[in-house]
Order: sequence, then structure tokens, then C-alpha cells
Amino acid sequence: MTTELTPQNVYDVAPADLVQDDRVAGRVYTDPAIFELEMVRIFESTWIWVAHDSELPKPGSFKSTFVGRHPVIVSRDRKGVVHTLVNRCRHRGASVCEQRTGEANGFTCPYHAWSYGLDGKLRGIPYPDGYEGVMSKEGMGLKKLRTESYGGMIFATLADDIEPLEDFLGDVRLWIDRFMKQGGGYPIKVLGTHQFRFKGNWKIQLENTTDGYHFPIVHRSWMASVDAETADMMSFMTDPAAVTHDLGNGHSVGQMVPEHSDLDDDDGTEPLQARFAPLVERLRGHGLDDAAIRRLVRSMHGTGFNLNLFPNVSLSSAFFRTLRPISVDETVIEHVAIGPDGPAEIVAEVNRERLRVHEHFQGPFGFGTPDDAEGWDRVQRGAAGAPELPIMVNRGLAREKPSPEGWATSHITDETGMRAAYAHWKQMMSDD
Amino acid sequence: MTETLVPAVPAVAIDDPRVRRAIELVWREADLLDRKEYDAWQALYADDAVYVIPIERDAESFDDILNMVYDDQRMRAMRVTRMTEGHAIAAVDAAVTVRTVSRFVVTGVEDTVAGTVVSLRAAQVLVAYKRGSHDLWAGDVDHRIRLGADRADDRIVRKVVRLVDADAATPAAGFLL
Repeated sequence: MTTELTPQNVYDVAPADLVQDDRVAGRVYTDPAIFELEMVRIFESTWIWVAHDSELPKPGSFKSTFVGRHPVIVSRDRKGVVHTLVNRCRHRGASVCEQRTGEANGFTCPYHAWSYGLDGKLRGIPYPDGYEGVMSKEGMGLKKLRTESYGGMIFATLADDIEPLEDFLGDVRLWIDRFMKQGGGYPIKVLGTHQFRFKGNWKIQLENTTDGYHFPIVHRSWMASVDAETADMMSFMTDPAAVTHDLGNGHSVGQMVPEHSDLDDDDGTEPLQARFAPLVERLRGHGLDDAAIRRLVRSMHGTGFNLNLFPNVSLSSAFFRTLRPISVDETVIEHVAIGPDGPAEIVAEVNRERLRVHEHFQGPFGFGTPDDAEGWDRVQRGAAGAPELPIMVNRGLAREKPSPEGWATSHITDETGMRAAYAHWKQMMSDD
Repeated sequence: MTETLVPAVPAVAIDDPRVRRAIELVWREADLLDRKEYDAWQALYADDAVYVIPIERDAESFDDILNMVYDDQRMRAMRVTRMTEGHAIAAVDAAVTVRTVSRFVVTGVEDTVAGTVVSLRAAQVLVAYKRGSHDLWAGDVDHRIRLGADRADDRIVRKVVRLVDADAATPAAGFLL
């Protein structure tokens, strides 16, 4: 049953009922009570991306990050096993690690020096006589989250009873496999991370990743600054082959440049971009053959799709995007630059170019990101008005059809990805 | 016997005429940026100059790391176009900024074939106001300034803005530091 929303009833309707097939009430962006519920029902109840394998290159490597609002440490122990640990001493609650990344033998609380291993086990307590007959160290390790990975992407969850990660990902796995091919024959590694905050609800950014409709409008300034070949590559607005698929569980993929969806599919007819000619020459100088050079250079802009995973990470063209909800109207975004991980004499040149391509669009001073952030700030400000009015996600509904794989599919400019995310949100936020 | 600790005095004084010229250029630049006069700002830079806002606060070479800004002449020209042409919604509705640059330290004065190069390290505190909120952008700023035949010919050859929160989440900006 669908209740018609009015200014009188909009705050009485259960959150799940604010989402319909083609629209969501603006209240989902603005209501602090809904945000609190999302932190529990979504961010503490499903798989949250925490790291890429390359960020933990050796035993002792760690990264501190968040699962929802919980500060966590992702660490690799001496046996190579990855752990996700709540960054909170079991004694009196102090954080045990305030470094973003690094290497350590373990984590020692600065307050009373309780020390923990890389696997979170409590190893030492100073002056332990006070605990004799009171407490043993067993069971007093850092709280550990279930941690699983696929294709180098490491996820953790506070929910012990949910499906395995691979089941949660389902058909997304095929697209992760394709995404990682941009290493051009090498594995992928993280090169650096841009971070910025915007004054808006996290779902505004979640929607954006497979929103092809905004691209030529919001990113007109970026389009005007790139070479003609890149601008042409991103001119997908009227390309019927550019489509978005609903991959289930709230995940979606938008293929902006379908000829680059699977980088192994290459008939050799597409010319390499002229701007990379000096790089091609240098790679040839390092003894690479034409096929190897072509693989690396054709992947310079990444894959031709944005793969949006519910709720906090996307594999977007040539980078990872994470979102971290801070409050109902504030979100922190990371844009993680990636590139091939191979011999320095080859990949250093390639990655230098990739870093410059990334800087051109992304980050707080990029030619793309600030315009996105301005658009999202404006959504939050506008949505404060008439919270019963719907946010429309109905574009392309009449032309949405199943693909041969069975994925609901419509044009890249349509709102198929948003409908996928909100259908899953509705399910997770439901009281049933 | 204890040695008396004498604070190091820079070899070149702050009121050295070459240093005063360099500081004057830094202040001129700050004013142009607050006024968003980006074409005039760009003209203060030498053709071979770099303008950098790194993520790694202490970085000295920037090619192999990710930066927020790493502009050569070509990127600087495109950035000025972006800031002025009216298509970038962040720039069109940019925050109003007021910055002060002070606490100058002379880190070098060298005579080169191209002219005298003055290197400065300073503190920059910028307040950006937009839609009811004030954002604080603080950092060290390194300038390298090549003095020309005349004051009008003085040019910035390198500027690096090292934000105190360089490796943390800042707002996305519609203005320049």
C-alpha cells in the first residue's frame, strides 16, 4: 500500500515507506532519526569496504578507517591474515592507533599501555597484579569484525550472521574482475588518496556514481579542458550502447565507454590517444613490445564503467570512491588513485601519467570534484524545503528492460542505478 | 660549563631590498587571489613555474605522488579558464575569501643566470565564507621568486601550499590558495 505523503503525515510514515519504485521522499536526506537508523540497519548490518590489498603490502602493515561510525584498524598479521579491529582499547576506551597507515608490531594504548597484537589479541597489561583474581587477558582483545575479500577488495562487517561476501557481491564479481584488468597485465595498487567533505547526505553521493545524466552539465568545465579524444570518449549521452545495469543487492554498473568495459577485448583498431605518444616512446625504450604498451596505455583512463557498490564504495573508471557518513548532512568522500603494480622502470612512468589524469578531475581542487560537491550541497539545501515532495528517480523507467544476463537495464543517463540502491535501502530499512 | 644557546639569525635580513621585493609580490598575489583576479594572478608566474598543493605536507618532489594541485603553465592556464569562464558551478558560486600571509622566513637568496632568486617560507591563514559558514584554511607557503630587471618583472617560479590538514578531508574549493 502506498500512502500519499503530505506535509502533515511525512514525519509519521515509516522510513521504508518513503521509498517507492520511481521516487523517494526528500525526508530521507534530512531526517536525523533516519540517519541514526541507517547507521544500525545498513552500516552495521552489511559488508563495508575497508581497504585494498595493496594498502597492506606486508605483515605488520595497517590502515585506520571506519565501518559506519566505528573507527577500525585493518591490519595484516605475521601470517598474512587480514583483521579488522575496532580501534578502541578494551580497558577504558581510548583509541589505540591514530596513524592513517603504517607498519607496526602491534598497537599499544597511550593511556595505560595495554598492548595488542596485529590480530587484536591482548598481549600485555602493565602491573598485572591488580587483575589477579579479577580478570584474565583471554577474551579482552580488540573487538574483531568479520573480514572477507574478493579481487583484492577487503570488506568487513559487524553482522556475524549475514551471507558471505561473495554472495553479497553476486554478479558484481564479474565487474570487479573486469575493473582490475586496467593493471594492463600487472596487479593494481593504490597510488594515493584525495579526501574531501561536503554538506550533504551520503545517499546524494551514492546516487551520483551511476548518474550519467549530470555529466555534461556539471562537468562542462572539465570537458572543456581535456583533449578532444577524451571529451569524445565521455560523450555518451546519445550513445545507445552506453547503459546502466541493476546488478542486485543495491549494486549497479554504468557503462559510459562500453568499448572499454572489458579491456581484454581489443581488435587493435582504436588509436592510442595522441597525448600519450611520448609515454609510448619511453615504454618502447624500456624494451616493452607494442602489445604490452597498448595494454597499459589503453587502460590509462581506467575501465569504461562506474561500478557502484551498496553502500560505501565504487570502482569508478580509474579509481575507488568511498563514502563515509558523518551526520545526516555531512559526508566525507575519498577518491583513491590506482595504477599497475610492476617493475618500477615500467610502471613509474605509467603511474605518473595516471596521477596527473586523476588530479585533473578529482580532489578538492580538481576540475570535476568541486562542481560535483557544489551540486550535492545544493541538493541538501533544497531538500530542506517541502520534505514530503519526492526526489524523482524515474528517468528511463519506461525503457528499462532485462539484459540477456537478466539485469534490469536502461540508458546510462537513466536512473536505474538509483532505483537499484533505493530498492535495497527500502528492504534494509524495513521493520519487517 | 654550559654553552649559551644563540638563536640562529638568517643570513639575509627581512628588510633586505631583495627580500622586500619578494614579499611585496607575495602580498600582491594574495590580494589578486582574494579578489579572484585570476588572469592577473597567472601573469605573476614564470613560464617554467610550478604551483603545488601537496597531500604529503613535507614533500619536495611531486611527480610520483598524488597532489591536490600540481600545475605547470599549461594546467595553470586551463585552471584560470575554468575559474573565469562561468561553466564551473563551484567557481561561479565560490566562497568569499580573506587571507593573510605573514611570519616570513628567508630560506635562501641565490644569484642565478636568470636573476636573483629569493626563497621564502610563510604562514598563510585564509577564511572562506559561503552560505552561512566559515571554513579555515591554514598552512605554510613556500615561495621562490625570481627578481627581474624591474619590480614589474619579478616572477614566482615555485609556490607550494602545505596545509596543516593536507592529508585529511578538506571542503571542495571553488577558489585558489
